Amino acid sequence: MSISRRTFLKTSVAGAMGVSALGLDLKPAYAAVRQLKIRNAREYKTVCPYCAVGCGTIAYVHGTGGLNTTNTVIHVEGDPDSPINGGTLCPKGASQMQLAISPRLRKSPMYREPGASEWREVDWDFAMDWFARKFKETRDATFIQQDNEGRTVNRCNGIAWVGSATVANEDAYLITKTMRAMGLTYIDHQARI
Amino acid sequence: MSDTLSIKRISASPSALIPLESLRSGGPVYSKLVDISKCIGCKGCEVACKEWNDLKVEQTSNFGSMQSHQDLSSNTWLLMRFNEVEDGDDLHWLIKKDACLHCEEPGCLFACPAPGAIVQYQNGIVDFNQENCIGCQYCVSGCPFDIPRFDKQTKTVAKCNMCIDRVEAGLEPACVKTCPTNAIEWGIKDDMLAQAEKKVETLRKRGYDHAAVYNPGGVGGTHMMYVVPHGDRLNDYSLPAHPVASPGPLRGLNVFQRIGSYLFGAGVISALAHFLAVGPESPEDHA
Amino acid sequence: MASLAATFGRGAMTNHWKDIKNADVVLVMGANPAENHPCGFKWAIEARDENGAALLTIDPRFTRTSAVADKHMQIRPGSDIAVLGGLIRYILTNNLHHTEYVQEHTNASFLVGGDFGFEDGLFSGFEEATSAYDKASWGYEFGSDGYVRRDQTLQDPRCVFQLLQRHYERYTPEMVAQIAGCSVEKFLEMAEIIGSTGRADRVGTIMYAVGWTMHTVGSQIIRTAAIMQLLLGNIGRPGGGINALRGHANVQGATDHAIVAGILPGYLKVPTPEQETLRDHLDASTPSPLVPDTSNYWGNYPNFLVSQLKAWFGENATPANEFGYQYLGKQEGDATWLSIWDEAYQGRLEGFIALGFNPLLAGPDVPRLIESMSRLKWKVVIDPFMLDSAEFWRSPGVNPANIETEVMYLPTTHWIERDGSFTNSGRWAQWKEKAIDPPDGVRSDTYVLSELFWRVKELYRQEGGAYNEPIQHLTWDYLNPRQPTLVELAKEINGFNQQTGELLSSFGELRADGSTTAGNWIYTGSYTEDGNMMSRRGTADPTGLGMHHDWAFSWPLNRRVLYNRASADAAGNPWDQKRSGIAWTGREWIGDVPDYGRTTPPGAAGAFIMTEEGVARLFSSQLADGPFSEHYEPVESPTVNALHESVPINPVINWYDGVRETLAAATDNFPYACTVYRVVEHEHFVTRNVPLLVEAMPDFFVEIPEGLAAEKGIDNGGRARVWSKRGSVEGVAIVTKRIKPLTVNGKTVWTIGIPVHWGFVGITQGSMANLLTPYVGDANTRCPEFKSFLVNVERAESSLA
Repeated sequence: MSISRRTFLKTSVAGAMGVSALGLDLKPAYAAVRQLKIRNAREYKTVCPYCAVGCGTIAYVHGTGGLNTTNTVIHVEGDPDSPINGGTLCPKGASQMQLAISPRLRKSPMYREPGASEWREVDWDFAMDWFARKFKETRDATFIQQDNEGRTVNRCNGIAWVGSATVANEDAYLITKTMRAMGLTYIDHQARI
Repeated sequence: MSDTLSIKRISASPSALIPLESLRSGGPVYSKLVDISKCIGCKGCEVACKEWNDLKVEQTSNFGSMQSHQDLSSNTWLLMRFNEVEDGDDLHWLIKKDACLHCEEPGCLFACPAPGAIVQYQNGIVDFNQENCIGCQYCVSGCPFDIPRFDKQTKTVAKCNMCIDRVEAGLEPACVKTCPTNAIEWGIKDDMLAQAEKKVETLRKRGYDHAAVYNPGGVGGTHMMYVVPHGDRLNDYSLPAHPVASPGPLRGLNVFQRIGSYLFGAGVISALAHFLAVGPESPEDHA
Repeated sequence: MASLAATFGRGAMTNHWKDIKNADVVLVMGANPAENHPCGFKWAIEARDENGAALLTIDPRFTRTSAVADKHMQIRPGSDIAVLGGLIRYILTNNLHHTEYVQEHTNASFLVGGDFGFEDGLFSGFEEATSAYDKASWGYEFGSDGYVRRDQTLQDPRCVFQLLQRHYERYTPEMVAQIAGCSVEKFLEMAEIIGSTGRADRVGTIMYAVGWTMHTVGSQIIRTAAIMQLLLGNIGRPGGGINALRGHANVQGATDHAIVAGILPGYLKVPTPEQETLRDHLDASTPSPLVPDTSNYWGNYPNFLVSQLKAWFGENATPANEFGYQYLGKQEGDATWLSIWDEAYQGRLEGFIALGFNPLLAGPDVPRLIESMSRLKWKVVIDPFMLDSAEFWRSPGVNPANIETEVMYLPTTHWIERDGSFTNSGRWAQWKEKAIDPPDGVRSDTYVLSELFWRVKELYRQEGGAYNEPIQHLTWDYLNPRQPTLVELAKEINGFNQQTGELLSSFGELRADGSTTAGNWIYTGSYTEDGNMMSRRGTADPTGLGMHHDWAFSWPLNRRVLYNRASADAAGNPWDQKRSGIAWTGREWIGDVPDYGRTTPPGAAGAFIMTEEGVARLFSSQLADGPFSEHYEPVESPTVNALHESVPINPVINWYDGVRETLAAATDNFPYACTVYRVVEHEHFVTRNVPLLVEAMPDFFVEIPEGLAAEKGIDNGGRARVWSKRGSVEGVAIVTKRIKPLTVNGKTVWTIGIPVHWGFVGITQGSMANLLTPYVGDANTRCPEFKSFLVNVERAESSLA
C-alpha cells in the first residue's frame, strides 16, 4: 500500500489571494489534497460478513464491468441508511476491503494424498470427480436402509457435513436439502461451537 | 475551490502570524467531539483511519496490553490507548483515542520553518504537506500534545489530516463515520461544544462529578474535543492539563522572525491570561 | 436456543438490535457485546444515555462492555445459575414480580402433578443406570375436561408459581456470594436495579451469547434468565426480551435453514426410527392443546412439513409415497458436533465435509480432534481461504506420514462475490448485492453443491448403489441446473401455490395436501409476488421504537418483536403506552405485526401462540436436566457444589468414551479457573488473513490477574505457559487488574483468560485455545463447555509458542 496520499496539487484561491494581499509571492500555494478515492467508484449495498449484527455496508468498486475489465473493491464503509448500524462499522467491518480482495484468497483446488506432506494443485474437474466418487463410495458402504429392529431408516452413517453459518440463506437451504436427500443425519454448524 | 478549504495559516509565512481572513463569511468551522464515556476501545476508528488513508500496515507485537502499538507513528495517526486505573473498590478502564487535536493555535505550524509544509484551513483542519516538509521536526517539539511523527524513510513528518479529502467532499472523517457507539461525532464546532456541555451534564447526573469538556484554551481551543468522564484524571488519559502552543525555535522564519516572535509572545500571554482566569483545576473550556 | 423454545415456543432472539434502545435496564451477562457486537451494542449505549437506562455487566472479567457500564459484578466462570437463581429469589421475596403479567402470560397458575419433586440436587425421575430423567413426574395435573388444571390465585401449593418459589428459596444472597465469589452487597445492588423492571412502566432486557450456552448447564442458564424475565414481565415488550447475540453473519439463517443436527428448515423435526410412517412422525411432532384457550400454532406442523417435502421432491412427493417421507434419513441418537467427532474417533465415520468452517480450531480438545480427523478416510474443506482444518495433517507436532486421510481443498467465493441474504441475530433477513466477480479458479458454494449432486446422481444412474431414489427424485428444476441462482432458491424457500404457480405471502396459506410448497415455512412471505421483501430499504420508523417494518424481512411474517401479544394486558392495552408493542383497537391489533391473529380478540387465546399452553413456561418439561434450573458446577471446578456436594455436576450430561480420563482430578494440580473468548479485532479465525486486524491485535496472549502473575513471577509483556490436563498453550502475558481473585466457598479462586483466534495458518500464528478445553457438552444442546475449565500457569522463558 502506498504511503503517499498526495496525488495532485491544487492551487488555493484563498491562499493565493491572502498572500498577495500582503504583497508577497509565495506561489505555489499550499493547499494540497488528494481526490476522494471513491469519487468515481460504483456503490453496491451489501452486508458485513462477520458477526450477526448484520451491519449494512457499501462496497465501492472500480471498473466498468466491461468485457475486458475485472472489477475490484477499493473500499468498504458502513451504509448510513441501515437502521441497524447507521453507517458505523467496528474494526473488522472497517477493514473488510482487505478481506474482500486478499492476496491470500485461494484460486485453485488442492489435493493431499494419504501420507503426503504437501498439497498438489488439481483442477476443478478432477476435484469434483474425486469428491463425487468418494461420496458415493462411502454412502454405499455405510448406508443403512433398515436398522437392527427392521425399521426403515434410510440413513447414510459414514459422512458428516458441517457448515456454514457464514453462507447465504439460500445456499444454507440448498445444503440442507441436498444432504438430507442423500440421507445424511450428521449435519451441524457453528451455532453449537 | 470549495469554501471548506479556504486557507487560514501557512507555515513560515506571514499568515502564520497574522491569520488570513476568510474570503467568505460564515464558512463552516468543524470539530470532532470524542465522548470518552461512550468509547468501548474497539479500534474501529484506528483501523478505519488506516484503511481510508492507505497507511502502511506496521509489524506490531503484543507488549502486554490490549493496545495495538506502543506509540503513534508516521503510519499510525490514530492510536487507542488503554489504561487500567484503580479507584478504591472501583476500576476504571480508561480508553483514549489519541490523535491530532487540530489546535486553533497550532504549535506545530508556528514552529515550522518550511514554507507551506503545514497549512491551517479556515474550517479548523491543520494539515501537513509532505512535499514541502524539510524533515527538521520542529513541529514535533512545537506540538504540546506530542502528536506528529517523523518517518525515517521519507524524511518527513506526518499526522492526522482530519480526512481532509473527505471533508472537502462533504463527508465526515473516516474515524467519525465508523465509530460503532457514536462516541465520535462531527459537526460545526459551536454545535459540538453545545453538545459537549449537554453530555457533561448527563454524565454528572450519572454520578461522574468531575466530567468535563476538554478544549484547552492554551492552544486557542481544539478541533477535536473530548468529553472526559473523569476530568480529574487527565493525567491517566495522557491529556496535558494545560497545553500551550510553544513558540518553538522559529529559526526558519527568516524575514518574519522578529514579527513572529512578537506575535507569539502575544499568543502566549493571551493563553496565560486564559489559564489564570479559568484556573488550573478545570480542563473545561472557554473557546 | 433449546431453552428459549422450551420456554417460549421459538428458539431465537426475542427482540432485535435497535429495540435495545427502548430498555430501562440492560443486563449484559454471558456476553461481551462491546467486544463482539460493537455496532449492535450502540443501542445499549443509546438506552444508557438517551433513556437513562442502567447498563450492567456480570462477567468473570471486567470487559470492554464493563468499561462503559454503570455497574459491573465479577463472578466465577460457571456460577451463572447461582446468580440468576438468586435474582429470581430476590424478585419473589421482595414481591417485585409483575403479578398481572405472570398470571396472564405464564404458566404460573398451572398445577403440576403430585409426583414432581426435587431433593439433594436431583429432580424426580432420575435413573441412575442411564443417567437420565424419566420425565413422567414432570407433567401437569389434568382436570376431567382433559385440560390442565389452573389456579389463577397462584396459591395452590402444586401450582408452578409456588413450586418455583420453593425451588429457588435456597438461592439466598449469601449462597450466591459463596458460589459466585461476588459480595452480598454488590449482588444486592445489582438485584435492586434488575428487580426494578417488574412494573408496567419499566422494562429491562438481557443480552447474552455463548458465555451462557457453552457450559454443561448452558441451556439451564438461559432458562433461568428466561424465567426471571417472565417474572418481571419483560418478554414480548419493546425494550425487553432475552436476546441471544449470534456470532457469525448468518448463524441465525443457517440455523433457520437447518444445517443443524436434529432439525429440518423452519425448526421441523428430523424423523426418528420409531416414526415409521409420515403419520407417526406428524403425530409425534404435532402438539395437542393443553388448555382450551391456546392458538397452539405448532398444530399446523403437518402443513409445514408436507409443503417442505413437496418443495424438495416435487411431483415425486405424493400422498401415495407419504410425500417422500421415507426419503429422509431417520436419525438415531445424537448427531451434534461432539457426536460427529466421536463417530470419527470410534473409526465409524469415513468422510467429512466442512464448508465455511474451521473445525480443528473450533472444537474442544484439539489433541483428541486431530486423532479423530486422522481416522477419517477422506475430508473435504470448502472455503475462500486455506484453513488449519485442511492442513491438520501438518499441525504442530503431527507427522504427515502417519496420516492416511485424503484431503481435498476447494476454493469458493465469499460474501461480496454473491448476492443472497443473511439473517442477523434479530431475525432480519437482509438481501445483499453482489459487488464483484470471483477471480478465475474460484467457484461458488452453489456450484460445488450442484456439481456434487449431479455427479453423484449420474454415478448412481450408471452404476446403481444404495437407495438412490431420493437422489434421483430430488427437485432441481433451476434454469441452469449446474448453478442455481440465489433468487431461484429464495423463491423456493418462500414457496408457491401449486395450482396458480404464484408465490405465497404467508405460511397461513400452507396445506398438508400437497397443494402448496415452502422450502422453509418461517420464510414464507420473504419473497412474494410483490417482490423480494428481504431487499427492502425503507427507513421509515413511524412508531419511533426502531421497528422499521419496511427494512428487509423479519421472520415470522415481518414481526419485529416476538411474543408481542404479551406487551399488552388481558384487555389488549399496552402495559406501557410509551413503548407499545401492539394494541387492541376493539377490532384489530395495531403496531408491530401481531404475534397473534390480527383480528383475534385479546381473551380468545394465550399470548404465546407457539406453546400448547398458550402461555410461556416458567416450568417446562422439555429440557433433559429439569423443569427448573439448578446450579451445577462445571465438570472441572475449583470447588465443591455448595448446594449439594453429592451431586456436584449436571447429572445427565453425556460422557463420550475416554473423556472422564481427560478431566483434571482433585489430586491433579490444576488450581485455576480458565475461560476462553473472542476479542473485537478478530472474528474467529478468518481475520488472521487481514493485515490491518493482525496489526491491531497481533499475537496470542494470556490474560492473568495481577496478584497471580506476581505470585508466579510472570511479567506483563513477558511470556506465560498455561496448561490443562489435555494440552498446553503459550503466549504473551497481559497482566491485568480487570480480573480479581474471588473468595468461593471460603477459598481464593483465580481466573485466567484466553482468546480463541489463533492457529498455525494465517499471517499471525499462535497457540490454539482449544488445546485446553474439555470434550464435554451441555445436557441438551451438547454445546461444549468452553467457558469454564481448570488450568495451571507458569512463567515461560522461551519464545516458542
